[in-house]
Amino acid sequence: MADIILKMKSITKEFPGVKALDNVNLEVERGEIHALIGENGAGKSTLMNVLSGTYPVGTYTGEIYYNGELCEFKTLKDSESKGIVIIHQELALIPLLTIGENMFLGNEKKNRFGHIDWDLTYNEAEKHMRQVGLYESAQTLIKDIGTGKQQLVEIAKAFSKNVKLLILDEPTSSLNDEDAKMLLDLLMEFKKNGLTSIIITHKLNEIIYCADKATIVRDGSTIETLVKGVDEFSEDRIIKGMVGRPMDDRYPVREHNVQKDVALEVKNWTVHHPLYQEKVVDNNVSFKVHKGEVIGFSGLQGAGRTELAMSIFGRSYGTNITGDLYLDGKKVDLKNAEQAIKHGLAYVTEDRKVNGLILGESIRFNTTLARLDKVCSKGVIDMTAEKKVAEDMTKAMGTKTPSIEQKTGNLSGGNQQKALLGKWMFTEPEILILDEPTRGIDVGAKYDIYCLVNQMVADGKSIIMISSEMPELIGMCDRIYVMNEGELRGELDAKDATQEKIMSYIISATD
Amino acid sequence: MSTKKESSGENQFNVGEFLTKNSMTIALVIVFVLFYFLTDGRLLFAQNMSNLLLQNGYVLVMACGMLLCILTGGNIDLSVGSVICMVGGMAAVMITNHGMSVFVTIPVCILVGVLAGIWQGYWIGYVRIPPFITTLGGMFIFRGIGRLILDSKTVSVQDAAFLNIFTAYIKVPGLDTDTRILSPLVIGILVVVLIFYSTISSRANKAKKGYRQNSAISDFGRSTIISAVLLFYCYLLCQYKGISVMLVWVVAICLIYHFITSKTAFGRYFYAVGGNEKATQLSGINTNKVYFIAYANMGLLAGLCGLLCLARVGSVNGSTGTSFEMDAIGSCFIGGASAYGGSGKVSGVIIGALLLGVINMGMSIMGIGDSWQYVVKGGVLLVAVIFDVVSHRKSGK
Repeated sequence: MADIILKMKSITKEFPGVKALDNVNLEVERGEIHALIGENGAGKSTLMNVLSGTYPVGTYTGEIYYNGELCEFKTLKDSESKGIVIIHQELALIPLLTIGENMFLGNEKKNRFGHIDWDLTYNEAEKHMRQVGLYESAQTLIKDIGTGKQQLVEIAKAFSKNVKLLILDEPTSSLNDEDAKMLLDLLMEFKKNGLTSIIITHKLNEIIYCADKATIVRDGSTIETLVKGVDEFSEDRIIKGMVGRPMDDRYPVREHNVQKDVALEVKNWTVHHPLYQEKVVDNNVSFKVHKGEVIGFSGLQGAGRTELAMSIFGRSYGTNITGDLYLDGKKVDLKNAEQAIKHGLAYVTEDRKVNGLILGESIRFNTTLARLDKVCSKGVIDMTAEKKVAEDMTKAMGTKTPSIEQKTGNLSGGNQQKALLGKWMFTEPEILILDEPTRGIDVGAKYDIYCLVNQMVADGKSIIMISSEMPELIGMCDRIYVMNEGELRGELDAKDATQEKIMSYIISATD
Repeated sequence: MSTKKESSGENQFNVGEFLTKNSMTIALVIVFVLFYFLTDGRLLFAQNMSNLLLQNGYVLVMACGMLLCILTGGNIDLSVGSVICMVGGMAAVMITNHGMSVFVTIPVCILVGVLAGIWQGYWIGYVRIPPFITTLGGMFIFRGIGRLILDSKTVSVQDAAFLNIFTAYIKVPGLDTDTRILSPLVIGILVVVLIFYSTISSRANKAKKGYRQNSAISDFGRSTIISAVLLFYCYLLCQYKGISVMLVWVVAICLIYHFITSKTAFGRYFYAVGGNEKATQLSGINTNKVYFIAYANMGLLAGLCGLLCLARVGSVNGSTGTSFEMDAIGSCFIGGASAYGGSGKVSGVIIGALLLGVINMGMSIMGIGDSWQYVVKGGVLLVAVIFDVVSHRKSGK
């Protein structure tokens, strides 16, 4: 009989409007490396947050058994006291504190007078740092060591908490190949000493390299668990599991309406990170979109798609942007969002709450914000005209709301998205950039948005759609560009595109 | 679309909603009634009522500018009192020591206020230095410059032309004589007619277009109450010297800023920036410019306040205007401006300033010292902001 350290049984977790996890089951054996894989938004991180107590008991349904006993974690501290430690993709270290201070943050080593015992702190810290092969002084500031070593600090911190089950959320996403391999080797080393690990990753080669089992998560459900040595354990097999959902008529049909004229063309577009200016976010990207065409951008999170779109939209992201932008064949230089809007561009953000809507204000306020001049004469707002356009847009988008004076913060996700679309439709764009337009909204609202896209292209407008949902791109686009790590990795005609093909473009690049 | 039906009908009058919406107005009434009894009715003497607005006129003017700053995200301007000292001092020195014409002095002094605002607006808007620090710096710098200009002396102004522009009482020929003042009442009646006319025409307009209507009781009730208060106030003014030019200045500024914040595209940008700066930026609005103008405008109003203060007090010294900014900031927050930005109205700010003014005046009449006035003012401010934060937390999720 296998020694099961962790058993998660029928876990269901709902957020307003979406079911993030639907009856998920997961079993992890003691002393194995268990990989959790799936597309963005499949529910992997949510599942781990349920396990660690980030989402406390009561906010989800289902049961968690750890070492055979039922666990009801209310906080992260509860799970950590049992030896379950999660290391997030974005490291939770404070740059201006030392390694030692970070390791014992919130868990300080105190002497009998209640003061922090610094000697003990640094001594203990270095002991754990040696365990993970980190030979630095514990008094080094976090900001002075590289990302790879910071990752090791996180693991050393986990050891200081007496970890039994280590969960790593995309631990290698910010590491180079060499550091990544070292980290994986380290995990395999720990395994010999009896540590159990759950690793969430997109990099299939890493899974093949180090994992004993791989559980595939798709649309908030666990699909299957592959066991090394028992099942076929290859990249192709895993991809099949990841994308294997059936395509049905979730997408309204559209007459092919692509015209010869190029509406927007981008040549050799390179964007640098706004803070770390030497880091290239988009590297030499060239693409074009015709009138009446829907093009898609596929890729994983962090592939540089949002950054590409925002940098085109009046340099709203990034520094040191080089490359040429042509609208209707004419070269233009859009310096800010205002100019972009004037040139007929609209960018509907992926993050409607942060970059899109003013949640404390009404639908009316939000609808007209980007083109307030259209309802103004001499700078004075014509309230009657404003109400009318807000009513019209609300109706056209099918936003469900008691009134246009409703605060957008009180709308559901789908209706917020429609209100946001209404805002940008009011700017009468020629080229509409949709960034994850259907994230976190229900099926009905998705369908309405697809219909709107079809309506736009029927009128000869162009759509650029960024989406992490491959079926959506295949269902809606005429052409699909695949991006990874800031570079264009391929271009597919949607007619020949399959999820396997797109995935293979992405995967091949990460090797 | 079943929701459509509701929007065409009249809103029912809702007592609970009425209370929460007008909580500060109600607080003002309660405080007023309280002090009326505590002062044995002396609070309502014509002279006191006239002075209530004149003494707090500078607070109202500053608060209008401060509201714009606060709207952008709870940002405040600490330098206002110092700018008042600098500009007031400059005006006094120009007029009294150098005998310059008021028609040169006033524009130059206002310009100096604007320049002080532009200086701070530039750092805050375009270089993104935190407003608290920029204006703290300004608070010291302008205070110092003010004292340099005054040469650390008290300078007074007796120039009749200057005082006429800011503090004299208006005498309308035919209505006002030395024994009888009627002009406030005439103007009051004209305004009341205007209020009722606009209420009726707005209701008719809404009815014609089928828009959502407030109930007749609430619309006309509101107009009636405002009119009654206004007429009573005008009646009191008739008994004490009539309308001051200062009052005209203050009312004009309040009306202009009410118009800007509620009716213009430009005013709306302040609310947008305070509500969500990133989204505003992506909507094609130059948010740097919004910050810049908020502080440049504050400089303009602070400059004007410097002149108003000089005219009312008659002299300036190195400590003129000390902690005036706190009255303006307090009025905004008491008047319902959000400490996080994005919400607040000029009408609320006026209520806030009056509330502080009534407390001040009431306690002064009762002979309660400065020290207690500070304690009470501080308490009122804190309660008002706690109310704002807690009510937001409730409605937030």
